[in-house]
Amino acid sequence: MSKILEIHDLKREFKVGSEIVRALKGVSFDVGTGEFITIMGTSGSGKSTLLNVLGCLDKPSSGTYLLDGVDLKSLNRNQLAQFRNTKIGFVFQAYNLLPRTSALENVELPLLYNPSINTKERRERAIQALEAVKLADRFDHTPNQLSGGQQQRVAIARALVNEPVMILADEATGNLDTRTSYEIMSLMQELNQVQKKTIVFVTHEPDIASFSSRTIMLRDGKVQKDTPNENLQSAREALNSLPVTEDY
Amino acid sequence: MNALNLLRIAVKALQRNKLRAFLTMLGIIIGVAAVITMMSIGEGSRRSIESNLTSMGSNMITISPSSNSPGVRMSGSSIQSLTVNDVIALRNQATNLTAVSPMVSASGQVIKGALNWSTSIQGASPEYLDIRKLEVSEGISFDESDVRSSAKVCLLGKTVIDNLFPNGENPVGQIIRFNKIPFQVIGVLASKGQSGFGQDQDDIIIAPYTTVQNRVLASTYFQSIFTSAISEAASEAASEEITRILRETHRLRATEENDFSVRTQAELINTLNTTMGMLTALLTSVASISLVIGGIGIMNIMYVSVTERTREIGLRMSIGARPVDILMQFLIEAILISITGGVIGVIIGVSASVLVSGILNWPTVISEPSIVISFLVCALTGVFFGYYPAQKASRLDPIEALRYE
Repeated sequence: MSKILEIHDLKREFKVGSEIVRALKGVSFDVGTGEFITIMGTSGSGKSTLLNVLGCLDKPSSGTYLLDGVDLKSLNRNQLAQFRNTKIGFVFQAYNLLPRTSALENVELPLLYNPSINTKERRERAIQALEAVKLADRFDHTPNQLSGGQQQRVAIARALVNEPVMILADEATGNLDTRTSYEIMSLMQELNQVQKKTIVFVTHEPDIASFSSRTIMLRDGKVQKDTPNENLQSAREALNSLPVTEDY
Repeated sequence: MNALNLLRIAVKALQRNKLRAFLTMLGIIIGVAAVITMMSIGEGSRRSIESNLTSMGSNMITISPSSNSPGVRMSGSSIQSLTVNDVIALRNQATNLTAVSPMVSASGQVIKGALNWSTSIQGASPEYLDIRKLEVSEGISFDESDVRSSAKVCLLGKTVIDNLFPNGENPVGQIIRFNKIPFQVIGVLASKGQSGFGQDQDDIIIAPYTTVQNRVLASTYFQSIFTSAISEAASEAASEEITRILRETHRLRATEENDFSVRTQAELINTLNTTMGMLTALLTSVASISLVIGGIGIMNIMYVSVTERTREIGLRMSIGARPVDILMQFLIEAILISITGGVIGVIIGVSASVLVSGILNWPTVISEPSIVISFLVCALTGVFFGYYPAQKASRLDPIEALRYE
């Protein structure tokens, strides 16, 4: 199994006033192609800092980070932007869709920053991505016409459209109720198992972590536990086992 | 990242906020429309005055007497320095002149039957009509023999005819009296309307200068000499030639000042052009202020927009927009606002100019340079006032921007 992520002794320090805050104190782990890992940790554990580094939004103070075989240290701002565009698909807690813009146009957005893709191909790939997240009938809907779960599925389609090597989800179920969360996780599992997408999912909910193949626990800027999930749950089954209430 | 995609992104962003984009444009629209209207009114007035002056004869040069003696200086009309010798000398010696005519005028009452009218009679030679670009519409003009014999014949302007012949009789052949002296009307002058200064050019009687000198004024001097240069361009040379010839005939020593003055029509046109130019510049600069205010409006809205769309900027950065892409997006948005405003402003400005000339009857001329210039100013306004907000946007930290509430 080839490695998508190789992280070795990653450190990140911030200067806040006169104090130096050490958010990451030497984190090392690898992620292989097709893995579905969750990164867990309490607030202050360095989770967000790690996520920013993994997402090429931030550079580590020291240590190495290889994404798809490329050392991020050697890249400048523009190259980092291009890397984010082609290698990473972001999914955010608050969806971050453009308001008053159709689902299709939202999904097309990353492709607009990729000069090698023409108008026709852009449209085709956006349609495919929306079909992959089962929103084929919602192309023209704007975010305010979509439910939270649907909005997050549009965001996932946007993350998929550039065919990234890794999907990076930041508390992607944090704003959703249990049922919708499970639906999203079921979609994630499908992308992972059927389309063999590598997924790194940051969360603090243990039940979400149980759907992934491996869990990394962060604590005080260090990896506390890095365990494969022996007892992988199916989100589809979990969804079906939820009590059906009249509320829905 | 290609330019077309950037344009597409900017257009989409503007479409999301049409009303605000339009309101921001309004400042530019008003500014450009005002500049174009002001410039077209200014240019129109200038051209109308210029064409009025040209209709008086743009090659025309007038010589009037002036005082060269120390002490009390008298007005030109009471100085007696221009005589028939000057006219003869100019006719014989000047090479840059096509026609020379003396001019004497006297004011008085003109009477026909029970009707009368207060006007002035101008005594001149037959060339006068050419120099002043006057035409005889009915009857004939007087000739050299009438000048030699001091014939009591005259040509009437339309205003005089309207007052003396109100019932539409043919004035040609009739006898009128000017200060009790009978004149036979031999011709009618074609109407010229008002001059550029609002003077009625049809309130005129023209007779041979000898007649006016001998029978009306009993004088041998002229109030002025009208000449015509061979071309407008030759006016300057002609004016110098006239000065040289007249100094000779007046036997002025090198140290003495001229006892006459020479004025070309071209000088007058230049003076008027300068004045009109200043007026237009004044109006335009006032209008330009609104363009600057429009630009500040754009800057203001772009700053608000950058702050309001911080998360959007963070998102765009996280999905692969480079800082320069963000910069270009906001810059293009600002330029699109200003150029669209400019186009609408040009349309409104041109329409307003047409309306002004249609309804108020003011002469307006829409000049292409004014449209091109205001358009360029618009684009520059967009770049200038859009740059700083755009730069602010491009310098945002994506991590901070994504978390911005």
